[in-house]
Order: sequence, then structure tokens, then C-alpha cells
Amino acid sequence: MGEGGRPAEGLRAYRLIAGMWIRSTLAYRVSFALTVVGGLLVTGLDFVAILLMFSQVDVLGGYTLPEVAFLYGLSATSFGLADLSIGSAGRLGSRVRDGTLDTLLVRPAPVLAQVAADRFALRRVARLIQGTLVLGYAWVALDVDWTPVKAALVPVMLVCGGLIFAAVFVAGAAFQFVAQDASEVQAAFTYGGQTLLQYPPTVFGTELVRGVTFVLPLAFVNWVPAAYVLGRPYPLGLPEWVAFAPPLVAVACCAVAGAAWRAGLRTYRSTGS
Amino acid sequence: MGSARLYATVAAGGFRRYATYRVATAAGVFTNTVFGLILVYTYLALWDERPHLGGYDQAQAVTYVWLGQALFATLAIQGGGFETELMERIRTGEVAIDLYRPADLQAWWLAGDLGRALFQLLGRGVLPFVFGALFFPTALPHDPVIWLAFAVTIGLAMVVSFGIRFLVALSGFWLMDGTGAVQVLMVTGMFFSGMALPLNAFPQPLGDIVTLLPWSALLQMPADVLMGRTDPLFAFVFQAGWAVALLAVGRLVQGAATRRVVVQGG
Repeated sequence: MGEGGRPAEGLRAYRLIAGMWIRSTLAYRVSFALTVVGGLLVTGLDFVAILLMFSQVDVLGGYTLPEVAFLYGLSATSFGLADLSIGSAGRLGSRVRDGTLDTLLVRPAPVLAQVAADRFALRRVARLIQGTLVLGYAWVALDVDWTPVKAALVPVMLVCGGLIFAAVFVAGAAFQFVAQDASEVQAAFTYGGQTLLQYPPTVFGTELVRGVTFVLPLAFVNWVPAAYVLGRPYPLGLPEWVAFAPPLVAVACCAVAGAAWRAGLRTYRSTGS
Repeated sequence: MGSARLYATVAAGGFRRYATYRVATAAGVFTNTVFGLILVYTYLALWDERPHLGGYDQAQAVTYVWLGQALFATLAIQGGGFETELMERIRTGEVAIDLYRPADLQAWWLAGDLGRALFQLLGRGVLPFVFGALFFPTALPHDPVIWLAFAVTIGLAMVVSFGIRFLVALSGFWLMDGTGAVQVLMVTGMFFSGMALPLNAFPQPLGDIVTLLPWSALLQMPADVLMGRTDPLFAFVFQAGWAVALLAVGRLVQGAATRRVVVQGG
């Protein structure tokens, strides 16, 4: 066992594998640049849909366009962080199906690190860039009194939101050990969650908001802390201090996802063919 | 007679091929239902703010959302039917095998894709739509004639959808790498079909322009026929017109492509 233990070992393996894929991607620079531009268009579409909506109305669920853009920017950027760093884990099902996961199991590096870095797709920065641009627009357009606490909360939200989405990705990957063909279920929680958080919580039914607050705590990616920044009423009448709970929620999510991953890995049976 | 049976067999094969993956189908139903739920609430908020936006009331907007989820996979609105497979065959040169089969390339893939679409309509489309109709106020007609007309518009929409994607796939003969073409297909499909927002809710004059494009034959036309906002005969003519035009262009491009086909590999 190397110095620093498993986490350090995993990070090192992740860096090596991801670095290899990045070098191979950058071998075709023009193709890569075009793919990123295309990705910006594709990911920008849902914001264009929001702009189209706001061409017809002034507020949606009581939120103005800059406020919705703030929610959108936070959701898209944190999702972009998670998708770039660990999104490849969503393809685990195909590796289980064709038996190539066995190759990863015999290598002397943590499996999760290998799966996360597998075919590391640098083109996914498109989502990250696009989300950051919208967030920048919101920052300029918002009429918010930026106290130091509020300003500091933004990067905290992005990091914690990224961790929460990453936990969803890992839990989804763990689920694919059991149901290999069901990878699309994961999309409902990752892409679906991202889409959900782009709109204000006031738009959705109470049951749905309750579900994404207490069961799958996506509300802590942006809804709850953003309510503090924007000075809006909290969803479900939560107390004010929960705006600062995202780090705790993120740690808890990662712990649960890690346990799910280990449980899933233990149930793995090779196809054997 | 013989060739009709051949294409029927190909279509049945397309149907069975997708019917094999039951867990994947169930997963798709779940995902479409979740996305439908999210969209329905945003539309309700939008129509709350602007009642009668685009001439829809709230129940019609809700119906539109669930119809979109039901037809999303069926009409491969963001892509995801046969086109990536055909492109891969063009790239590897395997298309040469398709070309010397005693069947027409376009008709062969059309038959297979119609089989796929029919399965995805029944397997993936019906359940989210029923869920939506059960839990939200929808605007569904009672007249069986309208339902029949609606079924015809879906059939025509399947052919238009194929026509668009066949052209995208044939671009592989010139581009080799289809990533860009598939991305364009995704953006145009999502946007111009009215999947992101109903076309009648678009600001003018953009709304008038997108209504004339072939993508409006996919989701907007069946929706408007179902909700009695468009004369079915007009919808049939519009959809059939685009279907014939796209298939004809596809045929021309196919002719040009096969004249210059060079099989890759040794």
C-alpha cells in the first residue's frame, strides 16, 4: 500500500487516466474545438427556452429573469463540475454488460477512480462554461446587496452542489451493477435534477419540493442557499440557518453514495463470457 | 407483393429488436414521466402568469407536455433511432453490404425505423401519457374520429422524422465523422419541434417561421389535431407534403452518394 493510503492512490490513478484521455482528445484540436462549440449550443438551448418564456412574461413563479438566471447558473455550473469530473461513471452499465469491467478490477488502482476517469470527456467543459456565463449574467443583472457572507456563499454552493450531483452520479453507477439496462433511470435524477433546479421552487408542487429536500436533497444545491442570497422566502418554510447547511448535506450525500458504491461492487458478477 | 412482405418483416424486426430490452424500456418510461412532471409545473406557472398564451388554456398546455413526453422517443426528436447506426456503417464501409442487398436502402431503413417507432409509441409513450392524464387536468377529446385523425398524424410524423434523420445519416458519406451532424439534429429537433416550448407560444415573427418548418409536423401538428385547434385535413396535407419532399430529397442524395461510394478497408 502506497503512502497516503487509498484516497491519494485513487486521486493519482484518476489524474493519470484522465490526463491520458485529455492528451488523446487534444490530438485532434479542431475537432475538439468544434465539439465544444456544438456542446455550448446544445446546453444553451434550455436557457434559450427560459428566455423565450420571459419574452412572454415578466415573472415566473414570482421570480424575475435575473433571479431565474441565478438559479440556472448555479444548477448548470455545479452539474457541469460533477459531469466533467465523474460523469463517465454513468456508462458503467455497458462495461458490466460486455464484461470489460473485469479489466478494471484486476488493475492495482481503486475501481471508482478508474470508472470515473474512464473515457474522460473534456468536451463536457461546455456545460461548465455555459453555466458560468449565465451565472455571470445573473451576477451583473441581479439587484442584490452583496454582503461578504452572500458573496462567499456562491463558491460554497458551486462546490457543494458539484459534490451532491457527483454523489447522485456515483449512486446511479452503483445501481447499474444491479440493473445494467436501466442507465436511463440515472438521467431522470441527474439531467432531470439539473432541469428541476433551473426553475424556482415556487413553481413546483409541495410534495415534489419536499421530496427533493428531505429524500434526495437536491434543494441544497441552489434553492435553499439561493433563497438566502436573494432574500426570498425559504421553500417549505425552512429555518434560516439551513442556507448554510450545503457542506453538511454534501458530505452526507457522498457518504451514502460511497456506501452504495461499495455495496454495488460487492454484488458484481462477471458475465463470464 | 414479395417486396411488401420483405419490408413488413424488416419493420417487425425493428419492433422486436427494441421490445427485447424490457428493463431499458421501463427505465425510459420512468425518465419520461419525471421530465413530464418537471415540465408540467413550469408550464403551469407560465400559463398562470399569461393565461391563454399561444391560444392554449392550462389544460391544453398540460396535454401538450405529456404528448411531448409520449412522442419524444417515438419520433426520436433528439435523434436516437437508426441514424447513428447507418452513419457507423457508412464510416466503416459496411454500407456496401446494404447496397448489394436485394432491397432499397431508403425503404429498408424506413421500414426498420417505423417498427422501432411503433414499439416506442406503445412501450414508452402510452404510460407517461396515461400517468399525466390521470394526475393532471388534461384537454382530451371524446370524439373517436379525432383520435383516429390523431393516429394518422402520428404515423405521418414518424415518416417526416425518418426523412430528416435519413438526410443527417447520409451526410456521413461526405463528412465521415457524424458528431457534428448529430449535434445539429439534436439542437434543431429540440427547438423547432416545440419540445422546449410549444411553437404557438414562441414570440412573433419567430413563431410563424418555425410553424412552417418540417419539425412542426412532429409534435405540434399531432397536438393541435388532438386538441381540435387544427383542421385534420390541413395537418395531413402539411405532414404528407413534408414527408414526400424529405423522402424525395433523401432519394436524390442517396443516388448521388452511392455513385461516389468507395468502400473503406482492404
